[in-house]
Amino acid sequence: MSSKALKSIFWTVGIVLVLAGSWAWIDRFVNADKNANYGSIVPWGLWVAAYIYFIGLSAGSFLVSSLVYVFNIKRFESIGRLALFSAVVTLLLALLSISADLGHPFRAWHVLVYPNFQSPMAWMIWLYTAYFALVMLELWFVLRHDLVVGAREPGLKATIYRVLVFGSKDSSPEMEQSDRQIVRILATVGVPVAIMFHGGVGSLFGVISSRPAWHGGLFPILFLVSALVSGGALLVLVSAIFQDGLRKNRETLMALSTLVLGLLAFDLLLQVSETLVGFYGNEPDRLENFRLIYGGPYWWVFWVWQLGLGTLVPLAILILPQTRKNAAAAAVACGLIAVGFLAVRLNIVIPGLADEQLAGISDAFSSKRISTDYVPSVMEFLFTSGIIGIGLLLFGIGEWFLPREREHTTEEVSHVSA
Amino acid sequence: MSITPESITETQRQVSDRQDPLLDSDWNRREVVGRLMKLGAVSLAVALASGASLAPLATAVAESTDTKRKHRYGMVIDTRRCVGCDACVAACKAENKTPPGVSYTIVLENGFGERPDDRPLFLTKPCFQCEHPPCVPVCPVGATFKRKQDGIVVVDYDRCIGCRYCIVACPYQARYSDFGDNYPALEEETPWAEVPSPEYNQFRVRKEGKSPEGNVRKCTFCLHLQDENGEYDKAAGRWPACAKTCTGKAIHFGDFNDPESEVSRLLMERQAVRLKEELGTEPNVYYLL
Repeated sequence: MSSKALKSIFWTVGIVLVLAGSWAWIDRFVNADKNANYGSIVPWGLWVAAYIYFIGLSAGSFLVSSLVYVFNIKRFESIGRLALFSAVVTLLLALLSISADLGHPFRAWHVLVYPNFQSPMAWMIWLYTAYFALVMLELWFVLRHDLVVGAREPGLKATIYRVLVFGSKDSSPEMEQSDRQIVRILATVGVPVAIMFHGGVGSLFGVISSRPAWHGGLFPILFLVSALVSGGALLVLVSAIFQDGLRKNRETLMALSTLVLGLLAFDLLLQVSETLVGFYGNEPDRLENFRLIYGGPYWWVFWVWQLGLGTLVPLAILILPQTRKNAAAAAVACGLIAVGFLAVRLNIVIPGLADEQLAGISDAFSSKRISTDYVPSVMEFLFTSGIIGIGLLLFGIGEWFLPREREHTTEEVSHVSA
Repeated sequence: MSITPESITETQRQVSDRQDPLLDSDWNRREVVGRLMKLGAVSLAVALASGASLAPLATAVAESTDTKRKHRYGMVIDTRRCVGCDACVAACKAENKTPPGVSYTIVLENGFGERPDDRPLFLTKPCFQCEHPPCVPVCPVGATFKRKQDGIVVVDYDRCIGCRYCIVACPYQARYSDFGDNYPALEEETPWAEVPSPEYNQFRVRKEGKSPEGNVRKCTFCLHLQDENGEYDKAAGRWPACAKTCTGKAIHFGDFNDPESEVSRLLMERQAVRLKEELGTEPNVYYLL
């Protein structure tokens, strides 16, 4: 298929998903969450899983970008901007996912004016607000020079650049140098912030002592490692697709996919440890959680999606000698890993909740809100699809208007073709 | 963001007071951690509030170590007297006007597991108003807290953002999200739809999209029936609806701080259990088996 055909498919899918999602947005704001299927036993569903998934992608992408902007590793320099851009896009998707989950979305500002310092959720929100500001600022300083240069040309793109530079006109080498220093400072501050806020997402679950599937000190660490794996994997896929990366950034892609492979192995170690220790403890609630994951109504989310397509297939692609040197195969493998982590997130949130806290609660009275069976409603599915569509469109728009990496392109092309 | 003395008091009012004549556990982990965290939080708040005097800090520390509480309301529920009629559920619904899917008290059959004989063992379950409620510290906006005067755990409907984290944290499923579902009487806009709920003495008439829709709701021991001194009066009918209506007289309500109260005497005379003691929540609802 020609790249033109692929492009039009990409835009069509994005637009269709957004249109489907806008119906769900309207329904959400007209009917509140009446048409959502979460209830009082499973109070968090697909949207929360999508939220922790996207926010993990964001933290992961950001930490990969720090390899360039903090640790100055030249190998990854060509995908630094794309990493930052992915961090911004996925953070937006995360915030969109969670905003509609609140019973009173327009009260979100209460977290800032009525702070509760004991709440891990409050800390998480403050930290990602700071992170949001920081990552936007960093991206701006990374792009500023190229935007200023691009703004001098005629055309629609230059007009957008002129708005985005906020009056900045200086494109001297000194200014570029000063931008680079600012970026370095922002990125350095960003690393602990990203670790804290995503560790905070893990703590939010880990601190709940009445939920044995979540409760424990490993949980925040598991969240961070999963963020690195999924964010890194998404980045391999994204940088292969966009800006002609498969051809231009082959070496970088291969290096990053090796990093992803190592991180995935470490993530599996943590998951296996959690599982084996959990099983051995023989605690009824914990066993029920395993039963729900491995043999519940969503058995396929674990066996097919998370373990099969999300873990074993990509592991095979990244390890087997026939495919391990192939950049396109690595990109596919990493795409599978990135999508597979949505299953990991679903398997954390939903089976962790879909258990009666006291025996017989779901039989005590009849209501669809008092049930351990949770299937996301059409509205919930469409909503999340819409958010994925927004993600596609944002990446598409980014591909169109973001200034590309300059210095290394010609050099790398000759390097690859040599 | 400004940190006012009010918001500091807000933070510290969430940590429960400790007065526990019945179970005198002197050294409670949650409490120590909570107090340390709160001290840290209060200092942070003070540090943030530039130019603020140290007076709020001193007050906060003094109040957080205050162990006196006027009332400690709770229940002793005699499972041998419970016939599983669900009258408490109906009375609670009538009193608090809760929508479908929200029921501040429910009756579980075999909540303690199967019995060796074929007799069911019913367990009527309001909110336990725990001494160390896990739902309170998790709230990102401090919208749910344990009242200083009587230990009842309440929700500020106007502050709650509806994140449902407290539902996740409650080990007893005592909290319900109000999704805006309505009974036919409301859907069809019968006169009943105009009857306000006396909850928290706020007398809210149910309106689409307005709190408590979108909020988390829970049992309050019908605190709107208290007089201005925070006292209930059984003879006058100002008594939690479930306890007032119980056909088998299984639900005993009262003040554990009053050694002469029915509930205190029952605990002294009978063997009582509380659910999930291992979590350290110290519920104020006891069961007689």
